[in-house]
Amino acid sequence: MATKLRIHVDQDKCQGHARCKALAPELFDLDEFGNAHEHGDGIVPAGLEDKAWLAKSNCPEIAIEVTEETA
Amino acid sequence: MSDTASVMHAHPPVTDWVHDFDHTDPQWTDDPFPIWDQLRAACPVVHTDRFHGCYLPTTYEAVRQIANDTEHFSSRRIIVRDERPELTKNAAPPITSDPPYHKPAKQLLLPPFTPDAMKKLEPRVRAICNELIDEFIADGRCDAAARYTKHVPVRTIAHMLGIPEQDGDLFIKWIHQILELSIKDESQLMPAVQEMSGYFAGHIEARRHNPTDDLISTLMNAKDKDGNPLEDTQVLGSLRLLLIAGIDTTWSAIGASLWHLAKTPSDRARLLAEPELMPTAVEELLRAYSPVTMGREVVKETTVAGCPVKPGNMVLLSFPAANRDPAVFPDADKVVLDRKENRHAAFGLGIHRCVGSNLARMEMTVALEEWLKRIPEFSLDPVGTVTWSQGTVRGPRQLPVLFEKAN
Repeated sequence: MATKLRIHVDQDKCQGHARCKALAPELFDLDEFGNAHEHGDGIVPAGLEDKAWLAKSNCPEIAIEVTEETA
Repeated sequence: MSDTASVMHAHPPVTDWVHDFDHTDPQWTDDPFPIWDQLRAACPVVHTDRFHGCYLPTTYEAVRQIANDTEHFSSRRIIVRDERPELTKNAAPPITSDPPYHKPAKQLLLPPFTPDAMKKLEPRVRAICNELIDEFIADGRCDAAARYTKHVPVRTIAHMLGIPEQDGDLFIKWIHQILELSIKDESQLMPAVQEMSGYFAGHIEARRHNPTDDLISTLMNAKDKDGNPLEDTQVLGSLRLLLIAGIDTTWSAIGASLWHLAKTPSDRARLLAEPELMPTAVEELLRAYSPVTMGREVVKETTVAGCPVKPGNMVLLSFPAANRDPAVFPDADKVVLDRKENRHAAFGLGIHRCVGSNLARMEMTVALEEWLKRIPEFSLDPVGTVTWSQGTVRGPRQLPVLFEKAN
């Protein structure tokens, strides 16, 4: 069974450090205030899984959730 | 007799750091890292009777808890001084604001400081760095703090605000009075604040006749959530904040980075050989030599990491000490240029995350890249002395270095 990752940025926690955007620009978008949101539906394209985990482990606010979903 | 004479407090040398810490003690200024290790081993929150009572959280988790708790810890006072100046409305919003006033004041300032906005500014900063290096590269030596690391943020923030970069000495004087001298001599504070306000009032007035495309005009034209213009005091307070916070901090971060590279040839060689490491290197240098320590005022009794915390005391919110906590950062006392996981708190945590963090990162990156391109080999001048600023912002204020003469 294939698994895929889904990311989500908790808007109550994100303070706009923008570390995720620097480390994984494909996976995150910044709004006009510089706060981060997951790109699209948050599904991590194959090959970018390491970047998702890297973004999570560098977020100073612990605002990024990464969940594994079974297809 | 004058009733305005200020009382200067004695600061006897610290002998018992755990019960009597003092962040203005020369030992802390010169080398705070062993002190923080000692305090962290003793307790997650220590206290001193100096400064009319002040706590110091020593662990990353204790710092995080306080930074995220705006109910018990107020930002109405953010600098730990001997005396507590009277509270003024719109001191320097949003850094001196608590909820619910904080968010609208901060949202006004955020759009000009996004990563995309910084990309547009980057070519100007690269030019500034090279103009500065041109002035001393033929000498084979310089005080990098006085000739380089100071001027990069001065010229950059002057460019953003739309004020003359030639006024830089004035900015440095005000900041020195507000952040450093006023800790022990409160008579330094208000004159500097008033001079800054007068300075900006003049620039605001000039823009009423000749509108410009800069941050002063942005704030002048900003509207609150009801569509009304901002109060004049808020515009002035935020302008003071941008100038104060935009200079000493980045001056210190770039300076500490160059100091580290000057005394650590292996790291310098590695950055030259692997320039793609610059993004993680900048984060690591920010972690290891975080310049900024903020304050909070306890306004309600609570506990932090199991320790009771009482109103009336200040808190020295040491992000630099948090960033050296080995419980969060393996090899916390080592600079690891390719550190993969780095949740450092150099720009604060919680709602008061530094507005200028993207600007600071860009300035640091560009200043280090341009320096290394032009001056790849450099070392501390053995006959010179490195000195560090005291108190709220820590960084080299004299940084004599030697290098090969070039053009």
